[in-house]
Amino acid sequence: MQLAKVIGNVVVTRKDENLTGIKLMVLQPIAADGSNVGRTLVAVDAVGAGVGETVFFVRGKEASFPFHPTDVPTDAGIVGIVDHWDLD
Amino acid sequence: MQIARVIGTVVSTQKHQKFEGAKLLLVQPMALDETPRGIPVLAVDSVGAGVREKVLVVIEGRAAGEALGRKGAPVDAAVIGIIDSVDVQE
Repeated sequence: MQLAKVIGNVVVTRKDENLTGIKLMVLQPIAADGSNVGRTLVAVDAVGAGVGETVFFVRGKEASFPFHPTDVPTDAGIVGIVDHWDLD
Repeated sequence: MQIARVIGTVVSTQKHQKFEGAKLLLVQPMALDETPRGIPVLAVDSVGAGVREKVLVVIEGRAAGEALGRKGAPVDAAVIGIIDSVDVQE
């Protein structure tokens, strides 16, 4: 899993039927110091995250597990909203 | 998932049986500013996307197989949506 900032959302009308009703958010992965790192990506949202929030997301087929038994065709999903994080 | 532009179609006659009837698209992943990112990939199409359309591409094996509706299909990418708009606030 990785930290990311939600920077936007994607509107898709014509889509795989198993994506119906699921929010698609644009994520910018961030490093532990909060700086942007790596490429932006689009992820399904399983927790009701909004633009501007810091979240953690999972990559891979596991991203569809929160929507079980629907087989959502995704490779990334937001699975938590971060309240804060602390570094040693 | 990645945002990509459909840049072509691929025709293949001799292929694995799980590809029967599947449409193969050549898609170019893009950054948010629509500059190309990496090399184009082949993706199966599950939504009826056409050339030049902006699409959402899943690049992961099992998810792509599900989009195709076939378990065990030897695929690793699928077009799962046609993008109306991307709104970024940053």
